[in-house]
Amino acid sequence: MLLETPSTTATTATTAGAVTPTPPQRPRGLGALIHGSSRHSRLFVSGVRAALVIFWLGSWELTARTIIDPFFYSMPSQIWDKLVTWFTVGTSQGTIWANISITLQEAVLGFFIGSLAGIVLGILLGRSPFFADVLAPFIKGANAIPRIVLASLFVIWFGLGMSSKVATAVVLVFFAVFFNAFQGAREVDKVLVDNARILGASRWDLMRTIILPSATSWILASLHVAFGFALIGAIVGEFTGADKGLGLLINHSQGNFDAAGIYAGMVITTVIALVAEYVLTKVELRLTAWRPPTTTSTAAGI
Amino acid sequence: MAAKTSTFLDMTQITPPAISIRSATKKFATPDGSAFTALINVDLEVAAGEFVSIVGPTGCGKSTALSLISGLEPATSGTIEVDGKPVTGIPAGVGYMFQSDAVLPWKNVLDNIAIGLRYRKVGRDEARARAREWIERVGLTGFEDRYPHQLSGGMRKRVAMAQTLITEPSLLLLDEPFGALDVQTRELMQDELLRLWSGTGAAVVFVTHDLTEAISLADRVVVMTAGPATIRDVVTIDLPRPRKVEEIRLTPAFTSLYRRVWDSLREEVEITRARGAFRVA
Repeated sequence: MLLETPSTTATTATTAGAVTPTPPQRPRGLGALIHGSSRHSRLFVSGVRAALVIFWLGSWELTARTIIDPFFYSMPSQIWDKLVTWFTVGTSQGTIWANISITLQEAVLGFFIGSLAGIVLGILLGRSPFFADVLAPFIKGANAIPRIVLASLFVIWFGLGMSSKVATAVVLVFFAVFFNAFQGAREVDKVLVDNARILGASRWDLMRTIILPSATSWILASLHVAFGFALIGAIVGEFTGADKGLGLLINHSQGNFDAAGIYAGMVITTVIALVAEYVLTKVELRLTAWRPPTTTSTAAGI
Repeated sequence: MAAKTSTFLDMTQITPPAISIRSATKKFATPDGSAFTALINVDLEVAAGEFVSIVGPTGCGKSTALSLISGLEPATSGTIEVDGKPVTGIPAGVGYMFQSDAVLPWKNVLDNIAIGLRYRKVGRDEARARAREWIERVGLTGFEDRYPHQLSGGMRKRVAMAQTLITEPSLLLLDEPFGALDVQTRELMQDELLRLWSGTGAAVVFVTHDLTEAISLADRVVVMTAGPATIRDVVTIDLPRPRKVEEIRLTPAFTSLYRRVWDSLREEVEITRARGAFRVA
């Protein structure tokens, strides 16, 4: 079967592009590294972090005022001024809040539609080898398309409004979630399925009480990446052609050789992504409350 | 004795045997395309209310027999009947305890035990109330809200047992249910099983490779051959009930039964070992 991914363990990277879920017992990423290798107090860690930021921004500001040309590279004070102007006076495209709201709506809508489609289709195909077999080449082909190009097509199809950006976000999100849901649905413990069947579960019962909860950790792992994709989809869509949004602001700044504007747009986008990540982590913790709580809060920080 | 046999015959005329297997064979397709025969020409009848243990060398196909009876796998040839009806899907009234943990890790003890009733369209409140009774019966009071990962292996087995028994099966299939437990917990669970089973009238098929366990629990012990498995011997265990497993295994009657079953099984175990040695060499 073509769609089949190496299913030996949940921790191997899969060829179909599935994002592997994080096993709860394994501390994650850089945060775990810091947490594991030093016993310094949180205050000290925060202090060093602040020092790093001050050094980074300070050296940037200093070099921009002395050596490098702030016209091309901008500098923190200019970016800050730009942000202040955007939030107090407004942007060339109306208030900053209106622009943020548009981009956020596009990303959130794209995220929900794309994830839902990915989860439903991924689980259905994960549980029916025949359809997975039939559709495998088409899905692989669709996944191989550089989908960002579709943004141009969607502008022609759906116009300059929100729907073309939502569509771009949807195609980006869909595949990220689909492959994980597919893999998650395939890796369900056969004993759990057999046990439920013996206990009298109908097909729908199986889906609801066994397969979906089993696949949840796989799906949740992909949702973190998926929201990032939704934001990329919305902003690239706005680059391609829009009448409002953060992507348009960044695009305009580019047109005006306004490096500070591009940085300001980046800062706002980053904040949105971080807030979304925070919310998703909260949701994940709620949905996986049944798992052994071995992941420390510090380790989950990154 | 003769009178006893005739009443037994009368009973079988009224109620069909719980299980009737006739020349059942099961073949699996292997990845290289050839067929692997797990079971060959198995004939077995289990009366209603009877406790039968199946022993055999490791990997001989004992579990396959259970999956045929439960309808999880179809037989390649032969007939399998449960309560006089041929098995096509999962027969009504079958309970199955699996070798590995089959409790749902994302549900707490109460909801794990109630889930069979929920699948059978019993309302949430009633299902939970009955699950609470079973929690008490298997000695898990106070652990209703725990998740499986917060329980010991023995406690998880109690959950699995209650989960199966709450559906009041008339036929209980157990696939080495206590294999992963330490010796003390295992003996405790064996007694628990006998206590919960007595008076239910359910027929039991208990698969194990532990001879002591097989004999101390069962009315009959079926000895399977090395794979492809078929029935080599059936030994009637006429030890009195109710039994205490730690005590009964010290009696002379038990010892002679053990020797009788082991004589039968030893040859098959040696065949399996020889094959293993051959594969290594």
